[in-house]
Amino acid sequence: MAEKPVSTNTNMITNPLYLQLLVGVLTGLGAGYLGSFMILKRMSLVGDVISHVALPGIALALIFKINPFLGAFAALFLAVIGIWFLERKTEIPSETLVGIFFALSLALGILITPEPELLEALFGDITKIGPTDVLITIALTAIIFFTMFRIYRGLTLSVVSKQLAQSMGINVSKISFLFLFLIAMVVALGLKVTGVFLMGALVIVPAAAAKNVSVSLASFTRLAALFGGVSALGGILFASHFNLHPGPIIVLTSGVIFLLTLLFKK
Amino acid sequence: MADNETILVVENLGVKFDNNEVLKGLNFFIKKGDVLAIVGPNGAGKSVLFKALLGLIPYSGKIQWASGLKISYVPQKFNIDKDLPLSVAEFLKFKEKNLEKIVGTLKSVGITDEHHIEHHILKERIGWLSGGQLQRVLIAWSILDNPDVLLFDEPTAGIDVGGEETIYNLLKKLKDERGFTVLLISHDLNIVYKYANSVICINKEMVCHGEPNAVLDPTALAKLYGGEAGFYKHEHDH
Repeated sequence: MAEKPVSTNTNMITNPLYLQLLVGVLTGLGAGYLGSFMILKRMSLVGDVISHVALPGIALALIFKINPFLGAFAALFLAVIGIWFLERKTEIPSETLVGIFFALSLALGILITPEPELLEALFGDITKIGPTDVLITIALTAIIFFTMFRIYRGLTLSVVSKQLAQSMGINVSKISFLFLFLIAMVVALGLKVTGVFLMGALVIVPAAAAKNVSVSLASFTRLAALFGGVSALGGILFASHFNLHPGPIIVLTSGVIFLLTLLFKK
Repeated sequence: MADNETILVVENLGVKFDNNEVLKGLNFFIKKGDVLAIVGPNGAGKSVLFKALLGLIPYSGKIQWASGLKISYVPQKFNIDKDLPLSVAEFLKFKEKNLEKIVGTLKSVGITDEHHIEHHILKERIGWLSGGQLQRVLIAWSILDNPDVLLFDEPTAGIDVGGEETIYNLLKKLKDERGFTVLLISHDLNIVYKYANSVICINKEMVCHGEPNAVLDPTALAKLYGGEAGFYKHEHDH
């Protein structure tokens, strides 16, 4: 096997490819896992839609010279609170309203994001991550999985029947909010990996693939996480080898997995 | 004497949604071992009454359960699609981790073949069950933790008439074996005559209350269903 220049640095901490893989795979695992519950809750497009809100957040952060991740996360957090209120108020998913609001915030974001950073914000660039990103990714992924471990039972029961869950003393509204909060986290993480435009895909495609081949919740959610992680791993390695932009390759990798699972559809 | 124990007292119960009175002035009580049927037209507030009894919605008046009761509820609305990736075992384990107990309970709801339970039913997607099987699994869910009171909202919605009788026979059998109290919402008066020892008819307010044979007379039914229901008493009551 021919040795590539990038792999001569075998130090785990300083080799940028290892760091990219670490951040990409953790984000993919989290995105896939949360995506499986988003599919259960029939909110597949929420990830897509709220990721657009991150853009004005990134833009404002760049303008005021704060960490773009924080700006994105703050914007996403506000979006999540908005969706949560709409959900509570109407009981039906307020898709149209949400769709309009988020398309507008994307337009606004494109307008105010400084030109040089725009492309990176829209499509992500994992090759530009630093040690802080790695630490943030590790911490947030840990929070995501820990919180999900606590709420997955209530979340699933509330999908099966909201009344049933409530009658068992499950605080459906609180769980719903926590879940949206986790989605905001994973979308914010994904902005470095796939960017605003494609993060929705990293949340949904691996989970949709997992659903094709799963009978049980356990296999569905675990496979979704696995497929998310593998998409990131495969995508980053492929992109690095052929010197391509990693974001789209990651999403295309998840697409290939989805097509493969169609062959084994349950 | 425990048989005569009153386990629920409801006094002057009212529920409002946005200043809209959905229920008002309900008074009734339930004794241990009763099978109380709740009948009324669509939109009469039957499911709302259940939610109030469970404390899931705000209400006025008094709802007093005997202390320490375990109450199990099977709602009318389930979103169990064919493609929901949730196995029967996973669903039941959300309530009871002990597999032996799950298998035992599935047996007692009439899915008797242990091999079939362990190798097929439990491993199946819950959405793949037939209407009758799903109903049995839901009943199993509701009795898994040995409740004192069962609340069933239209337990036979989506089941054919033959299956409907069987489900009620099953409920009756379980009730006789385990001695729990049942509150059920039903649209089928035959079922009420056959299985309930007490009935309340509501249409936002109480229209009648008592033993089915005594209170479900043409006047009450006309008041309840607005006179259009030609049906009142079926020939094969006891």
